[in-house]
Amino acid sequence: MPDYKLIGKNYSTSDLVAKVTGRAKYAEDFRAEGMLFTKLLSSPMPHARVRSLNTRAAERIPGVEAILTADQLLSVEAPNEAALTNEPLYEGEPIAAVAAVDELTAAEAVERIQVELEPLPFSLDPLDSLRPNGPNARSDGNTIVDGEVKTIKWTETDFAELAQGRLPMGEVPQEWSYGDLDAGFAEAELVLDETAFNQSLSHQPLETRTCMAYWQNGKVYVHPSVQSTARSVGRIARYAGVSPDDVVLINEYTGGGFGSKGSGYPQIPIPVLLSKMTGKPVMMRVTRREENFIGRARPGIQARAKIGFRRDGRITAMDLFVVQDGGPYGASGDYLTAARIASLAYQPLAMRARGISIYTNTPPRGAQRAPGGVQGITALSPVMDSAARQLGIDRAEILKVNAPKGQASYRERNGDESHVTSAFVREAIDKGMEIFNWRERQARSGQRRGSKVTGTGVALSSYSAGSTGMDGLIVLKPDGKLYIHTGIGNLGTESVWDTSRAAAEALDMPWEKTEVVWGNTSRHLPWSASQGGSQTTHAHTRSNWAAGLDAKRKLQEVAARDLGEDPDAYEVANERVYRRSNPSQGMSFAQAAERAIELGGRYDGHELPEDINGMTVKSATALAGLGLMGVARDNFEVGGRSMSHVVGFAEVEVDIETGKIKVLDFAACADCGTILHPRNLGGQILGGVIQGIGIALSQKWVFDRRWGLLVAKKFYSNRPPGILDLPHHEPMKWAAVDIPDPFSPIGARGIGEPPVGAGSGAILCAIADALGGSYFNRSPVSADMILTELERLPAAHDLLMTHV
Amino acid sequence: MASGEIIETIETTDKTNGGVSRRGFIKGAIASGAAVSSSAYVFREQIGVLAQSPALGAVERLITLNVNGQNRRVDVAKQETLVMTLRYKLGLTGTKIGCDRAECGSCTVLIDGLPHYACSVLTHNVRGRAIQTIEGLERPDGTLHPVQQAVVDEQGFQCAFCMSGFIMSATALLEENPNPTRTQAAEALSGNLCRCADYNKILDSVMRAAEYTRGA
Repeated sequence: MPDYKLIGKNYSTSDLVAKVTGRAKYAEDFRAEGMLFTKLLSSPMPHARVRSLNTRAAERIPGVEAILTADQLLSVEAPNEAALTNEPLYEGEPIAAVAAVDELTAAEAVERIQVELEPLPFSLDPLDSLRPNGPNARSDGNTIVDGEVKTIKWTETDFAELAQGRLPMGEVPQEWSYGDLDAGFAEAELVLDETAFNQSLSHQPLETRTCMAYWQNGKVYVHPSVQSTARSVGRIARYAGVSPDDVVLINEYTGGGFGSKGSGYPQIPIPVLLSKMTGKPVMMRVTRREENFIGRARPGIQARAKIGFRRDGRITAMDLFVVQDGGPYGASGDYLTAARIASLAYQPLAMRARGISIYTNTPPRGAQRAPGGVQGITALSPVMDSAARQLGIDRAEILKVNAPKGQASYRERNGDESHVTSAFVREAIDKGMEIFNWRERQARSGQRRGSKVTGTGVALSSYSAGSTGMDGLIVLKPDGKLYIHTGIGNLGTESVWDTSRAAAEALDMPWEKTEVVWGNTSRHLPWSASQGGSQTTHAHTRSNWAAGLDAKRKLQEVAARDLGEDPDAYEVANERVYRRSNPSQGMSFAQAAERAIELGGRYDGHELPEDINGMTVKSATALAGLGLMGVARDNFEVGGRSMSHVVGFAEVEVDIETGKIKVLDFAACADCGTILHPRNLGGQILGGVIQGIGIALSQKWVFDRRWGLLVAKKFYSNRPPGILDLPHHEPMKWAAVDIPDPFSPIGARGIGEPPVGAGSGAILCAIADALGGSYFNRSPVSADMILTELERLPAAHDLLMTHV
Repeated sequence: MASGEIIETIETTDKTNGGVSRRGFIKGAIASGAAVSSSAYVFREQIGVLAQSPALGAVERLITLNVNGQNRRVDVAKQETLVMTLRYKLGLTGTKIGCDRAECGSCTVLIDGLPHYACSVLTHNVRGRAIQTIEGLERPDGTLHPVQQAVVDEQGFQCAFCMSGFIMSATALLEENPNPTRTQAAEALSGNLCRCADYNKILDSVMRAAEYTRGA
């Protein structure tokens, strides 16, 4: 690996001082002169039609300035979601919004709105909706096929399977396969046919999706809580009915998103339009209660997996069938991604994937950290574990036997074959086994101390890890500093800074002499990847490296022009460009920046490359003449799809008298290419793992089935892990193989997604291990499930039942 | 039907029909398709307490609060919570609202040195008490508090929305026990939720802060 000065080193990101002093401004921290507040009128029913809406009494309250209803919004094509609706499809869906001088007046006005609702049939469980006379969540159907809402019902004969505890497999619109499935099963030593359930899961970022907006001179200024910066502008412009040039998005700090705030959210138009109507700034302060409804969720799945294994554990055939709880809107593809990730992580010799997404009247779904991947890995890890146990193979070895290697191929969501840039998964498993001391730990499996039994588990989780083709934009100014502009977002992954270091590294620029410009589109940002899907580490180490190399070449040319000889004879280092043969001949970066401005043209941004995005052109044009500009599209070779992997190892203790599960230890090891920033990488890996522990142990929705209302909607009733739920007597362990991806300069890949499934999968396997091989095939595992299993009592609910 | 009528009906029903729970009946009344006044029963619990509207006849009183060592004169409504006063009247937006229901700890401030959830403290009840927020930790010369410095040095936290609450809890811990074990630190921070789950680096930061505190 090259001898980097910045890449791979620990440092403190430059947003930290603002964060620790409370100066960092999140959406709700902004204030504007004359700012109004908005409150939402939300549906108290899971599915209803607004028969009439009378706002006259509300309008008469002093201090009420405007009321927005669904009729005033641009129409949205089904099955997409609007900011406000006349046919709410879930409890808590906004119907109208009031802007008033303060929040209490707005709330009072909301109470005075007379709304007449006609209740409509609702569905909370995909299987209910698939029954011959089952309810449809939407008036136009219960599923989506090729972008169109349709109705699909299964037969009573299909449902006969359910009585046997197996997922019925009726008609589904999506299917792909490769290899000879029948031959694979015939060849197998062991064939397992398992039914599994994963819960739907709210994102629960600690900052709700609050948004403040105001208009000035025809431009709309928006302070939302979003993940992406550059990628949110277009959507906000469409909402506001203006050109993207007239949107100023200011969002330097976002309090988490996990996929739920990708490039905006459907409710942003509310403050934007109320502000337009009133001519005053409007703050929409979203409460935690509202966030639980409008704040997105991971779709749960009901799945069936028939898997054939050779004696050595190699998978000969996998037949995967997934029913997805799709929520009321959109077209989440998680159920197809589950199959995509299974084809990557387990490399079956033959495979068939079938699936369907069914609409339900539950909060809307969206991408959540490793969307689909987590559900697939959480459902399949216990099956892999069980197979190893039955075949008498080490449970980590079975993952190695099947793991992707080199430029391994896999199937995309539509079944098309693809391949990865590189995979060093076996190396990651070996290193993880070592740091966890896996072989010796296994001796503790099933050991009992008093009422407590120990178990260990392991899971491998894979996911997408980056895109390509984005733009880099940097300016070396006469003050001798390097300004690195980035249009990704700052939701806590700190990739704004970690990826900017690639540009500084390319120029040998001391980090103290750089300034990163981010989070405010009026500050001229380049076209960037979405801050989601673990794209940015890969996409923007590449784009910033490209911009750095472009600036380096320009420095060499500027120096050669003034000092003679060929540009290649010049070195760029120590804040200077100088002749390699005679280092005293050269110029400082500050001098070169001044010279670049004098030369103009491509040196200072007056001429730009033709292949960069229009947004980058505008930003670079605005910055032209300020210094020596590095601007380039990432045109580096693309050697396949960038995918990262995490293997997780868990030790748990199950109290067989109370059913309580305690996580005693956890270690995780990643294959994510070159390590950019060790501390940050550790934070991403372990943070993701802990979110996975929440999936395995505590988080779920509970619905009142009679009325379709959400019961578990607070942190304490739908609980993410707290600090005492984790091993805390000593630091949790993490590692990475740190092998550069051969198809990327620097060789770093994203890491946000795969740790989550490694967390949930390893914990579920460890629980099963403590119980001597009892697999629940359901998450989360609760104390009552443990106790009923141990006492051989019937379970409190069916394996596949949703939201209980 | 106005919301008041619903409530009245329910109370009558509760007295006359022991078999129907109040909650069940409310839902029944709504799901029957009657005109509902904006689901008032749902809404009442989510109203944030902001500045009172003159239209609603609320009374604000001018009181003195001691915040970060300064006496601040501020008009406060009787039902106003401390987090709202800090954020919306005194401009101290470093204290965050995560849940507004004492579940997440994002709004933790110190009152006479002890951590409290500012979302669940009435401002009128803390007159004359010493209130410290995240903004009050840094020295006037810009020197960071040891806990702040440790967070910077350990790259603690991710999105940091929970950070000021955690830092206040950690500050209170180290005042009382400058030499905590990792487990004691975890216990002291167990009233704070980090959804990014960066607990490992948070504990690394607190252990380093303890070193700084002892060394100071």
